[in-house]
Amino acid sequence: MAMTLAEKIFRSHLRDEPFPGTKVLNIDVVLCHEITTPIAINDLVARGKDRVFDPSKVKVVIDHVTPSKDTKTATQAKILRDWARRQNIRDFFDIGRNGVCHAIFPEKGFIRPGYTVIMGDSHTCTHGAFGAFAAGVGTTDLEVGILKGVCSFRTPETIRVNVNGKLPEGVYAKDVILKVIKHLTVKGATDCVIEFQGEVVKAMSMESRMTLCNMAIEAGGTSGVCMPDEVTVEYLWPFISEEYADKAAAAADYRKWWSDEGCTYKKVLDIDVTNMEPQVTVGFKPDEVKNVSEVVGTPVDQVYIGSCTNGRIEDLRVAAAYLKGKEISPLVRGIVSPATPKIFRQADEEGIIRIFMEAGFCVTNPTCGACLGMSNGVLAPGEVCASTTNRNFNGRMGKGGMVHLMSPAVAAVSALAGKIADPRTFAKETI
Amino acid sequence: MKTFGGKVLFLDRSDINTDEIIPAKYLTEISKEALKPHMLEDLKLEGFNPQDPAVLASKVLVTRANFGCGSSREHAPWVFEVNDINVVIASSFARIFRQNMFNCGMLAIELPEATIDELFALKADDATIAIDFDKDMLTISSAKGTKTINYRIAEFDKALVKAGGWVEFADSKY
Repeated sequence: MAMTLAEKIFRSHLRDEPFPGTKVLNIDVVLCHEITTPIAINDLVARGKDRVFDPSKVKVVIDHVTPSKDTKTATQAKILRDWARRQNIRDFFDIGRNGVCHAIFPEKGFIRPGYTVIMGDSHTCTHGAFGAFAAGVGTTDLEVGILKGVCSFRTPETIRVNVNGKLPEGVYAKDVILKVIKHLTVKGATDCVIEFQGEVVKAMSMESRMTLCNMAIEAGGTSGVCMPDEVTVEYLWPFISEEYADKAAAAADYRKWWSDEGCTYKKVLDIDVTNMEPQVTVGFKPDEVKNVSEVVGTPVDQVYIGSCTNGRIEDLRVAAAYLKGKEISPLVRGIVSPATPKIFRQADEEGIIRIFMEAGFCVTNPTCGACLGMSNGVLAPGEVCASTTNRNFNGRMGKGGMVHLMSPAVAAVSALAGKIADPRTFAKETI
Repeated sequence: MKTFGGKVLFLDRSDINTDEIIPAKYLTEISKEALKPHMLEDLKLEGFNPQDPAVLASKVLVTRANFGCGSSREHAPWVFEVNDINVVIASSFARIFRQNMFNCGMLAIELPEATIDELFALKADDATIAIDFDKDMLTISSAKGTKTINYRIAEFDKALVKAGGWVEFADSKY
């Protein structure tokens, strides 16, 4: 029978079907950070079950508030750190080596096509960019994942999104996903996997595919997915070169995960991006999306470039191309947070950090921080942030604050203008 | 198993997200009890006061579509749990929130929009909902009337509630 990528992964990882419609899957990678894991650890200890199903399959990072800002966050970090050492978890990333979870874990090669991935973080759907089934879960699911290596799911249906045409100048993966969320609405993909197909996705880098999949949850989706292909192989090659004779062999092997011709989709959405404008959210829901031309001139107090959505090297390059040799508006505070130490170092070597600093940006260490109003760029009541992050919920970056979601290009030119601006009307330098 | 039913809190809005239920700044707490004073602190709803004694005395929440969207934080069900709200009734839920509720042995009951309208029609200060868990039935009573409604939850979710949650269920089975 013709199957979707998600159905193939469910079939290959099925541990149990305790009731019709409920599937318990074996999990390949359990990812952990310091916000949602400590309560699971404490509960396991209290139950006398302080164990890990397989320490090589548990990956741990301190990323949300790092370096710790107070006693409480230091305590969360300590619980995670002590546990990782006690359980002999080798892949533990602490200060100096830590980065935003959904950027650093793929960078380390932990995510492979056909994998099942869970984490106590809703943006875990990012990892579906590698052709994996990757779902955000709560602390109890995480706890059982840590202890037993399993997680329960309802059998998901798949929504296929075909992205066709050619991305115009100034329009990027972030604009595409905002447009998709606008079409699907914030609940349009609940209990569904969103599968990104089409020539535009095929031509995208892994970074851009991660940006797409990252925001599947904003339409309610369980996981975003892309078909693993030559681009995936190229990204993973340093980690898989001993498994395959050559790159072509790896790409051929990964094809087994592709959705079959004639498989069943719940819905197919076709989007032609050829004439698309950059997209910006308004209001407090990620499906409230407008063309940039409709919101140009909206004043902003802060511009934030970073996060698991848009804090990767490609994003920093795009922003830097608009910022090179210029200074941001004195009315705006600019903050950039490269998502991992590797990205930070690369941006430094390419002269991008210097461009940001000369433009008047504050360059912070890799952290989730400001995106969810925890540290490093919290808004005051009444303030507005132009942000490359993923959520514009009421109070998300600080009580009483307002967030406009956008691409790194729109964010960069908005920093220059001191108000929301259209990158298509700005010069772009070569980096 | 937890106890279900009691005074109703009506939240007449769709897409209430987890940041509104429990803002991220409280995620630095490492005990569920510490979340208690912050339930629905950032909820954007005309006339709603999270510190209203009537809100704090509630045991059942009735709301609209896509409740609990956004973050995966289980702190959202927990903040209800420590405030003695063990039942949320909505026309639809975000997946992670719904699973978190059942994983904690709490009830997330999905009803058609028209049935949710019927519940809202009986909205009054004295409204209560009683749950008959074994019969999958709920009864709403207020000064405006009484109505009994059959609901359906997945067999697996019912088993989780009976077991007391997913850790208990999984530990005995896997």
